[in-house]
This record gives sequence, C-alpha cells and structure tokens, in this order.
Amino acid sequence: MKMNKFFIGGALILAAVVYLIVSSTQASAEYFMTVNELKEEGASAVGKSLRLSGAVIGDTIQYDAETLSLTFEVAHVTGDNNEIEAQGGLAEVLYQAVNDPSRERVSVVYVGPKPDLLRGEAQAIMTGKIGEDGIFQADELLLKCPTRYEEAVPEQAANSN
Amino acid sequence: MLAQFGYGVLVVSFMVAIYSGITAVYGAAPSAKSAALVESARRAMLLTFPLISLSAAVLIYLLINNHFEVAFVYEVTSRSMPTYLKITAWWGGQAGSLVFWSWLLAVFTSAVTLRKWDRDIEFLPWVIVVSAVTLIFFLGMSVFFENPFARFWLVDGNVQPGMFAPAANATLFTPQDGQGLNPLLRHPGMVIHPPLLYLGFVSFVIPYAFAMAALITGRTDDRWIRITRRWSLWAWLFLSFGLVLGGRWAYDVLGWGGYWGWDPVEIAAFMPWLTGTAFLHSVMIQEKRGLLKHWNMILVILTYALVIFGTFLTRSGVLSSVHAFANSPIGPFFMGYVTLTLVVSVALVIWRWPILRSETEMKSMLSREALFLLNNLLFMSILVVCFWGVIFPLISELFTGQKVTVGPPFYERATAPLFSALLFLMAIAPFSAWGHSTMQTLGRAIWKSAAAALVVTVTLFLTYTQNIGALVGFFLVALALFATFHEFWRGARARQKAQNENFFTALSRLMGRNRRRYGGYIIHISIAFMAIGILGIEIFQKETQGTLTQGEQLNIADYTIEYRELASWDSPGEGVNYTRAILDVYENGIYLGQLNPRIDYYFDSQQNMTIPGLRSTLRDDLYILLVDWQPVSNMGATFKIYVNPLVNWLWIGNLLFLFGIIFAAWPDQDPAEEPARRSVARSNKQTSAAD
Repeated sequence: MKMNKFFIGGALILAAVVYLIVSSTQASAEYFMTVNELKEEGASAVGKSLRLSGAVIGDTIQYDAETLSLTFEVAHVTGDNNEIEAQGGLAEVLYQAVNDPSRERVSVVYVGPKPDLLRGEAQAIMTGKIGEDGIFQADELLLKCPTRYEEAVPEQAANSN
Repeated sequence: MLAQFGYGVLVVSFMVAIYSGITAVYGAAPSAKSAALVESARRAMLLTFPLISLSAAVLIYLLINNHFEVAFVYEVTSRSMPTYLKITAWWGGQAGSLVFWSWLLAVFTSAVTLRKWDRDIEFLPWVIVVSAVTLIFFLGMSVFFENPFARFWLVDGNVQPGMFAPAANATLFTPQDGQGLNPLLRHPGMVIHPPLLYLGFVSFVIPYAFAMAALITGRTDDRWIRITRRWSLWAWLFLSFGLVLGGRWAYDVLGWGGYWGWDPVEIAAFMPWLTGTAFLHSVMIQEKRGLLKHWNMILVILTYALVIFGTFLTRSGVLSSVHAFANSPIGPFFMGYVTLTLVVSVALVIWRWPILRSETEMKSMLSREALFLLNNLLFMSILVVCFWGVIFPLISELFTGQKVTVGPPFYERATAPLFSALLFLMAIAPFSAWGHSTMQTLGRAIWKSAAAALVVTVTLFLTYTQNIGALVGFFLVALALFATFHEFWRGARARQKAQNENFFTALSRLMGRNRRRYGGYIIHISIAFMAIGILGIEIFQKETQGTLTQGEQLNIADYTIEYRELASWDSPGEGVNYTRAILDVYENGIYLGQLNPRIDYYFDSQQNMTIPGLRSTLRDDLYILLVDWQPVSNMGATFKIYVNPLVNWLWIGNLLFLFGIIFAAWPDQDPAEEPARRSVARSNKQTSAAD
C-alpha cells in the first residue's frame, strides 16, 4: 500500500515530464537545412521554423543603421561534419563556398545590432522562416569564424609550387 | 627543440600514469607486496603533477615568446596580445585546454593521495586506478590526437602541421604573426571563466573515484560520502562559479544583454551541475537515514559521465554552438570512453546491489526524505529535458533522416514548471520532519509565510504587473524567501531560549554549528533572488533603438537619453581602434550621469567588439549599445537601448550563492564533531526542529 503511493506519485511526475518534453518539442522544433535543401524544398518550406546554415559572402553585407536591418547572402555549405573534414576543414569549406559562383545562394534579412563576428567566410547559423519572396527572415544569428592554416603561408611560399 | 622537450615530457607523464594505474591494480590484490605496490603507484601518481606542470610550463613559455612555428601558439596568440592573455590562451584553444584538464586532474589527484589514509587505506589503490584511467585518457588525447606542440612544416611549398618532420626535405616554417585569440575572448572574464568550469568538471572526478572504490571494496557504508562531501561542495562551487561568470561575461561582452542562451555548450556544463546538485541533496538522506544508497551511486556516476560528455560536446564539433571548437577526430574516442566508464560503473552498482540496500524505508509522502527525493526527481527531470534538447537533432536525423533542432523556447517552456516546482519545494521542505509529516503539520508551519507571500503578490498585482506568469513566479519567490527567513528565525529563537543568549549571538552560533544546513539556506535565498532577476529580464525587458544627431533625445521607460558626441581614435600599441559615444542620461527629467557605449575594432583579426554602456540599479539596468555611426561627420549615431528590470538581483543572487557555498564548505573548527546518524527506531518521534 505504502509503496503504491510512491509508485503512483512517480508515475505522475514521469507523465508530466513526458508531456512537457513532447509538447515543447512540437512547439519549438526547427528544421535544420542547408541552402541546397532549402532550394529543393521550394514553396513547401515557407512558414516552417528553420535553422539554416551557410557561408557569408562578404561583398553582400549591407547594414541600414536607421532601421537596424542587416542583409547579406549566404552560399551553400554541406551540413555533414565528415564531409567537411574530408574537404579540409570548415574554414576551407567556407572559403570554397564563398569563391564558387555556381553555388546556390539565399538572401538573409536580420533586424538588430550588427553582430561583431559577421564578415565574409564566416559560417552563419540562422533561425527563422523563409518568406514567399525567397528571402530568409532570421530571428537569431549565430556566427563562427574558423581560420585556415593556409593563411599562414606567405605569398612567395604559396607561389613557389 | 623546446617543443620536442615539452612533448617528450607529456609522453613520459602519459607512461607514468599508465604505470601508476597498473601497479595500483596489482597492489589492490592481497599479497605480501601489496603495500609496497600501492605506495609505488601513489608515488607515480604524485610524479604526474610535476611532469605535466613542466610540460605546461614549456607550452606557456612558447605562448609568451611568440613561437609561431608551433601550430597551437599560432592559432591562439598574436604579437599584439598582452602577456596575461597569452598565458590564458593556454586554455583558449582545443589542444591546450586538454593539457589544462590533465594538469588540473594531476593537481587534485596529488592532493587526494597526500591525505591521511589510515582509516580508509583499502580505498587508496582504487582511487588511484580511477584517477589514473581518467588521466591516461586525457593525456592520450593530447599525445596522439591533439598535440599542442605540433609544428608547421614546409614541404614542397605546402605548409602542414605535425610533430616531426613529415619528409626528409621538410623545413620548419614560422609564420610572421599568429592569428590571435578572438577579441571576444580577450576579456578578464576569459581569464577565470573556463578554468573555473574545468576546475568544477575535474574535481567531480574525485567523488566518483571514491564511489567506485567503495563499490569495488564492498565498503558501501556512507564513509565514501563523508570523505568526499567537502570535495563535492568545492566542485559544485567551482562549477557554479564558472557558470555564473559565463553569464556575466555574456551580459557584459556579447552585446545583447543576455546572460544564458540555452546554447548546447552551456547546457553541457549545466547538466553535471544538475546531477551534482541532486547529489548534494540526496547524500544528506543517506547520512541521516541510510536511504537511497543506489541512487547516490547512480548520481555520482552520472555526474562523472556528464563531465566527460560535457568536455566532449565542447571539443568535438558535434553540435553547432558559439562555444564549440573546430571539428576534431577525438569525438568518437570521447563517446567510447563515456560509454565504457558508464557500462563498467553500472555493472559495479548492479554487482553490489544487495549490499547497497536501504537501512530503513520511506513511509510518509510528506516526510523530509520524501521531499528530498521529489527534489531529486525534479532535478533529474530538468536533466532529461536538457539532454533531450541536446541530442534531439541526432535522434531525429537517425529516425527521420531530417535534422530537427529545438531552440531556447523549448527549454524555457519545458523547464519553467519544473523550476517553479523546485522553488515551491524549497519553501516547504525545510518545514517537514524526517520520518513522518502530514498536511496538518506542514500547513501549520507554512501558513504564515504563505499569507505574507500572498500579500506581496496582491500588492504587486495592484501596483506593478498583471502578468499571470510573473505573479505566480513572484508568489513562489516570496514564499521561499519568507519560509527560509522564518526557518532562520525559528532556529535562532529556539537556541535563544535554550541557551539564554541574545538573538544575534544565538543566530550566529546556530549557523556556525550547522554550516552545511544554513549554508544551504543561504543558497536557497540566493536562488530566490536570482529568480527575481530572471523574471524581471525575461518578462519585463523593454527595448528601443534610434539614430540620433547631436543633442537629440530618445525616451525609454522613465529614462531619457541625449546624444552628445562621439570620438574615434587608434591605439597602435594595442592594435585597436576605439569609437566611443557620450550620452547624457536623465530619469524623469533629473540628470543621472553619462554613459559611454563603444565599439573596439581589432586590426589583426578585423573584428569589432561591442562594449555596452551600463547603468545598474536594484530596480533596473539601462543597457545601451552603440550600433553604428556616420564616419565622416561624427554627427549621427545609432543606438540600441534595453531596460532590463530587476536583473541586478540575478547578480546579487549569484554573489550570495557563492558565499553560501563557501559558508557550507568552509572547514569546521572541530572536524571530530560529526553527529552520528540517529537510530532508525527513534525516527518516527523526531521533529524537524530536532534535526
């Protein structure tokens, strides 16, 4: 009898936690996508909560200080860690993505102070939604700026091979 | 030359750790030589400390003296960095931070092997074995995969990193300057935030080592808990301190006025904190009542596993996070190690299951021990929520092929009811009695606090806010505060009457004699303070923005901000350009002073660092960011302004929290004064006041 009480109490807590987790997951799930996947998805991606990752193209960064609206384009990078590793690391992958005009690109709009880490060849991880105009409206913007070993090589050494 | 030496020493300490572990295993078996073997293992373990220190000293020398031919030095330092930052760069990058981890572990293990072992000599070999295995793992990572001494080699015009010359014609390559630490990390907070987290992580290895020793030797009374009680508290202090500093650093530097972002790496450090907190609570039940022995073992094992898992999350690049280092080959090894230690530890618990049986049983749902258990379940529930959130992308990819993640809203939604329940429990649990409590006894003890909290809530409803969530939160906070103060008052009054002392003498002696208990209550008060701050910034934050010309004003809440001027200048010595705005701040027309938000531009890394102008009071924080300015005229500038109500209570709570832990963990004057557990037979008669 006494043990039953504790088991019922435990089961209730368990049920409550499962409910909290399931309902919160449903309410806040974001689909991880690369730029290519987003393009393939097309109109069906409109309105979904997305987390998009891409390489920032430096020349496209524009900031309107009046409205705090920040626009830039990102180029496709793979989301697969092993593939990134195989291609020589994240910094190398980002460098390739930015300098390859044939890559798929997406325009991004973000309203807020310009993040300190935003620059060309940074990896942007953005949460938000894609509009019907194909522009990604980011609510949150995370940036990573890895660096490449190759930058350590002075010009002469790089040209000598 | 020096780099090879440093690496060599690292390799030697790796081998010494292996020797120590193996010798300790042999020494644990009863034989004529076992005492000598254990002593040899102990000395070997002691030797790892000077060895790793020497290796670390070499690394620091290389960092300070711009040895950019070493890849790690190149990655984390540059010529323009001041010396203290070059030293802190030791833990600013992956390879160095692993050596730092090993070094801390060597410090703690040495300290623990130097203690008096008379009464617990049978634990010694196994404590050494567990520490040695952990040390071998981390040193192995440095020796084989993440070598901080690897150098650049020029082979046929290409540069590649490696410890030794990759080809006969390879020459050592030294870059002109290093890349330098990211400016965001060049903050005094960086000097102490990561090392404190690591301190917390590493010091939880010691309680785990004792727990394993207790399981293996079969000495499963609460001796291991008593030995490691203070260790656990200090570990918890460091971990908490590290988390708190991280929050403050984010608030000051990262520029959005946030303090906690539910970033996977923050959660990685938070998860062992959760199990550690649950552990600190549940060991009290084992000490007082002989209950929950299995549970305590499981908690300490989980904490250890989460410490390793947490280090792994930050190190492997598995998750996308602001904190994560680059992708690295060491990920699978970490996973393998966590799995292995979990399997072995759990197997040990199952093997010893019968002798870990409780000495009594839990009877009443409202007894102190039952409420402690509930507290543990709530902490575990928060842990499950966090763990689910962190691994959800991996799970969803596995089952649906689609990578789905959950962001901060998930954590906020799922944990808010659990944190609220913990606040409520914090208020009522101190009033319940060991053994047995009823609704009536609890109700009698709590009703005054509840009435007072209700009055506060109604007052807030009439004067401050009609937000239901906020009112529930404030009610719980007020209840916890009143109840805890009542508990201080009740204890001091009882002692005042019994000892005929004045109230304050009684209070201070009461607290001095029951450090852990009253330290715990101080921590409870601090948690309530923090909750006030969190409610304030989460629910009542206001923001505005605007581009102002000189003399123009902007209003937010009761504040008026007037833009006066802006200056921009280079500081060639530091390699930084400063742009600083001067703003006058008025509140309801009364001049309060100036604020100077600024942007620092670092030439070497071509990166900005935004420093807010901050005016902080108990009521609210005025937090102003300089966003942009017109470079030619210096006339117009754009500002983003936040008003963060009550957030200072978060920081005050943080400070009080740390004070509470130190108060509880401070060594007693008379260590012999350890109250024996009360006999089970008497338990039903006890009241909470007798505790």
